Amino acid sequence: MDLAHTEEEEAFRAGLRHWLKAALPELPPRPPPGDWPARRAHDSAWQRALYDAGYADVHWDASPTRRLIFLEETEKAGAPYVGANFVGLLHAGPTIAAEGTPEQRARWLPPILRGDEIWCQGFSEPDAGSDLASLRTRAVRDGDAYVVTGAKVWTSHAEVADWCELLVRTDPQAPRHRGISWLAMPMDAPGVTVRPLRTLAGSAEFAEVFLDEVRVPVANRVGEENDGWRVTMVTLSFERGTAFAGEVVACRRALAELARTARENGRWDDTVLRRRLGRLNAEFRALWRLTQWNVAEAEATGGVPGTGGSVFKLRYSEARQELYDTAAAVLGPDALDLSREWTRDRLSSLSYTIAAGTSQIQRNIVAERILGLPKER
Amino acid sequence: MGFQPTEDQRALRRGVRELLEARCGRDEPRARGAGLDRALWRELGRAGFFSLRLPEAQGGAGLGLPEAALVFEEAGRVLLPGPLVATHLAAGAVPGAADGSAVVTRADGGLVPWLEEADVVLGDASGAVPVRSVDPLTPLHRLPPGPPGEPEPAAVLLTAAEQLGSAGRTLATAVRYAKEREQFGRPIGAFQAVKHLCAGMLVRTELARAAVYAAAVTADPVEIAGAKLLADEAAVQGARDCLQVHGGMGFTWEAEVHLHLKRAWVRAELGQPAARAEEALAAAL
Repeated sequence: MDLAHTEEEEAFRAGLRHWLKAALPELPPRPPPGDWPARRAHDSAWQRALYDAGYADVHWDASPTRRLIFLEETEKAGAPYVGANFVGLLHAGPTIAAEGTPEQRARWLPPILRGDEIWCQGFSEPDAGSDLASLRTRAVRDGDAYVVTGAKVWTSHAEVADWCELLVRTDPQAPRHRGISWLAMPMDAPGVTVRPLRTLAGSAEFAEVFLDEVRVPVANRVGEENDGWRVTMVTLSFERGTAFAGEVVACRRALAELARTARENGRWDDTVLRRRLGRLNAEFRALWRLTQWNVAEAEATGGVPGTGGSVFKLRYSEARQELYDTAAAVLGPDALDLSREWTRDRLSSLSYTIAAGTSQIQRNIVAERILGLPKER
Repeated sequence: MGFQPTEDQRALRRGVRELLEARCGRDEPRARGAGLDRALWRELGRAGFFSLRLPEAQGGAGLGLPEAALVFEEAGRVLLPGPLVATHLAAGAVPGAADGSAVVTRADGGLVPWLEEADVVLGDASGAVPVRSVDPLTPLHRLPPGPPGEPEPAAVLLTAAEQLGSAGRTLATAVRYAKEREQFGRPIGAFQAVKHLCAGMLVRTELARAAVYAAAVTADPVEIAGAKLLADEAAVQGARDCLQVHGGMGFTWEAEVHLHLKRAWVRAELGQPAARAEEALAAAL
């Protein structure tokens, strides 16, 4: 049981640090949320730079430890995270790599890695929510195409995406989990309408996507027809695995900054507040250690990240909200100023106990799949 | 990165678990009552419980803090009584501590456990008065008010490891009971309210585990303070939730769970209580 890295891993870290030092000053600041075409161009340029330097496929690396080192170093250096490439790099890409045919891998993976094509996720539906398997968007086979009709919601980057990883119902008669298929849908196909969705954070970070008899080639189906639920579980295991690891490093950086602010503005003398900051330090240090634990376990067993990700996500999403509530206590009236990044981050932290499976759904997963408690129904 | 127990560490944990489960069965703590079992203490000494980290030249096993943490986690799981941490830390310095022929306790501010049973008391215990201990299996004395001593990081870590073991045990007990006990014609574990209690116990335990094991690897005092804070919470809240899952049964003396809660309260006060751990963690920011 140790936390040491191999010589090869340390060499990877040193090389990455060296490269970031040179590459980051070249990068213009990221455009504000809302200007999605500019953000897309910015994020794609960064992904292209990573590609040219040989770091583009780090999220798909056989060694999860290298991925953790990558997240740690890029976050410490203040480099941008995956941004608009989130779905392509962390969901669709790994899923196509694991479940796609050789032709599908050749078609879709290189443009994701180069930052040429942006993906969005068409999983959630207005009437489905946490009960993902109750999705209603239907796909009817017509020759060599599926004709897709329905609606999706909470689709990040839909305005600028080229592709959508889309879940559709291909057999309405089958039991709910068995009649679903996983399709790659081109976003410029006739019948696709995108409508931005304004969130409580004030900005339109998500969109609704309406699908009216959209023709998607059968060749774009990843996995077998009606086997999409299993394919989706592969996708979600990546989402719940180490997708948040880089954000823990970001939270630790934010916490250190908060402590500096409190020392400057005098709130540090408030014992209760100071002890709250100390407790958060313990939480985020431990969350980083838990990430390393989960990764070491996945490496030892050779599997994809498993249900351990749910344990992590439950605590992380709550700790993140506690961090921003504590920030509000440190900042005082400034915490109500929407021009402050802290205020915007506090608002967006409210989504963490909902997105990627609500805390209540995660607790069911933990109780049933890890602890073996009986199903409710 | 090898942040998982090695094969040797797993074997050590298995061996200790078998030894302790044979000697500290589920009904053992209540049957034994108060008082230290000297025969058990010597048996622990023979098994290397106290000498684990001594160099081989001094009759130890030459192992490190990670192995000690795994062993103390097992001790916490079965509510093993006695000043285990103080005696372990005294091995090599106090004659008889390593082989379990001497019982050693420490007075470093606040509460002193097992003062009357101890053969050797490290620190100043003058003026200590007996307390009617909330934990029927841990006699306590209270020291006169004074500045608290500097906590020894290894002592804090091993106390945290015991808390981790206790949290793991109350979680397993709650889950087993939730699968067996039926109400409204179903096992109570099928109800979401009970499920979510158990899931919360697991989350706290796993977070504490990562913190305790990492602190054992790094031996960093700030990381150890964090491990103690999270392990205290996992043990105390885990025992409370386990009691709740047991319903009325949990409030009886017969159920094991109250012993875990009371011991967890005592351990939370020992070494580095929450307030001091939080201050240490804040100072490091």
